[in-house]
Amino acid sequence: MANPVERVFRDEGGRVLATLIRLVGDFELAEDALQEALAAAMLQWPNEGVPQNPRAWLVNVGRHKAIDRVRRQASFSEKQKQLEYEIVSEQAAVNDDGEDAGVEDDILRLIFTCCHPALASEAQIALTLRTICGLTTLEISRAFLVPEKTMAQRLVRAKGKIRDAGIPYIVPSRELLAERLDGVLAVVYLIFTEGYAATGGDALVRGELCKEAIRLGRLLAALMPQHPEINALLALMLLHDARRDTRATPDGSIILLEEQDRSRWDKTQIADGLARVEAVLRTPGPPSSYAVQAAIAALHMRVERYEDTDWPQIAGLYQVLLRIHPSPVVELNHAAAVSMVDGPEAALRLVETIAAKGELAGYHLLPALRGDLLRRMERREEAVAAYKEALKLVSLEPERRFLDRRLAELG
Amino acid sequence: MQYLLLIYQNEASRPKTDDARNKLFAEYGEFTQSIIKSGNFKAGDALQPVSTATTVRVRDGKTVTTHGPFAETREVLIGYYLVDAKDLDEATGMAARIPSARDGSIEVRPILSYK
Repeated sequence: MANPVERVFRDEGGRVLATLIRLVGDFELAEDALQEALAAAMLQWPNEGVPQNPRAWLVNVGRHKAIDRVRRQASFSEKQKQLEYEIVSEQAAVNDDGEDAGVEDDILRLIFTCCHPALASEAQIALTLRTICGLTTLEISRAFLVPEKTMAQRLVRAKGKIRDAGIPYIVPSRELLAERLDGVLAVVYLIFTEGYAATGGDALVRGELCKEAIRLGRLLAALMPQHPEINALLALMLLHDARRDTRATPDGSIILLEEQDRSRWDKTQIADGLARVEAVLRTPGPPSSYAVQAAIAALHMRVERYEDTDWPQIAGLYQVLLRIHPSPVVELNHAAAVSMVDGPEAALRLVETIAAKGELAGYHLLPALRGDLLRRMERREEAVAAYKEALKLVSLEPERRFLDRRLAELG
Repeated sequence: MQYLLLIYQNEASRPKTDDARNKLFAEYGEFTQSIIKSGNFKAGDALQPVSTATTVRVRDGKTVTTHGPFAETREVLIGYYLVDAKDLDEATGMAARIPSARDGSIEVRPILSYK
């Protein structure tokens, strides 16, 4: 039987923490108080049953634990400050009866604080997963393939910086909001791609990361409905995630899009993603980069058979993406799409142009694509050379195996 | 909270003409006045060029004095402001308005206060 306290922590932990931070005015104090409240829950709930409103229970107990902590630490000269704090806490707790309004702001504040640009990117990710998603330090360390101690230190340093550098616990002002939201979405997408990438490590944990990223996306979309780029990112993640299980064999070999078993794609999730993409594309104004990427994913995911893929539209969307968000990797993906519309020769010309610019020097997918195009043009020897070049640059085992497979096919 | 805003810049990008110098001087004056007015200013100075710098270290009881800044880098410390700000965002907001932020770097460091 799953531990009910763990359950509540997973579902509500972020919200409880967010409210406690607002009530006690200190990140670390709130975290310690939450830990103590959870410990109390683990002792009492098995005997007394899970309370009707577990979140409110944890907030109230947490608040009292925080007051206790402050009392224990306060010196005589700080008595005054501490009393004021207690009064503030009492008042705030009374207002907390109007549940959700305050809680929403609290969780937004927490998200923006965890993703503050003054924190290192890896710290933002760790803090978000720990405090909002409720993953344990061990789970996060496994997902990012670092020792648990390293991850624990990363979290300690991040919280230390919030405290010592005076990072404010607020939803950013109007002028900063767009830029800060970009930062939050970047963190969410980094969490997703970390889970999605076909790299080593515990496959279950990585799937968990995708789910957490999607959860965060849903949370943000619900809290900030006036920002379509959130929905665009959510759609993008839903669509990718819908086919996650079909991308690799049990032993970790890559299964290409054209080979994936579409009957195992999550149809509900695809429908959800498609609906969001359509809604986003209907909103006025230029599309965000996420919106265009989601539209491309939608074109892949909405057809039953690979052969029905609308490549001209996809190629066109990549051109749009290049205007919004120029990058050599996007250029490469564009070339791959072009090969399906205008044939491998046209794509090869594009690939050579990209290669000449030299920005993708160490990137194995460039020679891999070249090899693919040459293979389709039946220029066998050149294809072999290209695949071999790619093999020199590849680092992940599944990708290495894939390239070996291509070489073997060429004989 | 108090923060030190450390202004680093490549000395090669210092203004070369009198006009450019006067313009930069005026911009700094405007900025300084604005944060005095807003109550954030505690202190601030431009520093003499890095060629006037001397570094002192004491190792094993021996004082070693050398010519130059402690580290030879392209961007050197050219000035600072000590400011009062309610949080990091207010401090970085001010830092962004320092004229040299356009072509240099501003380090924002909180002052350690002893309780």
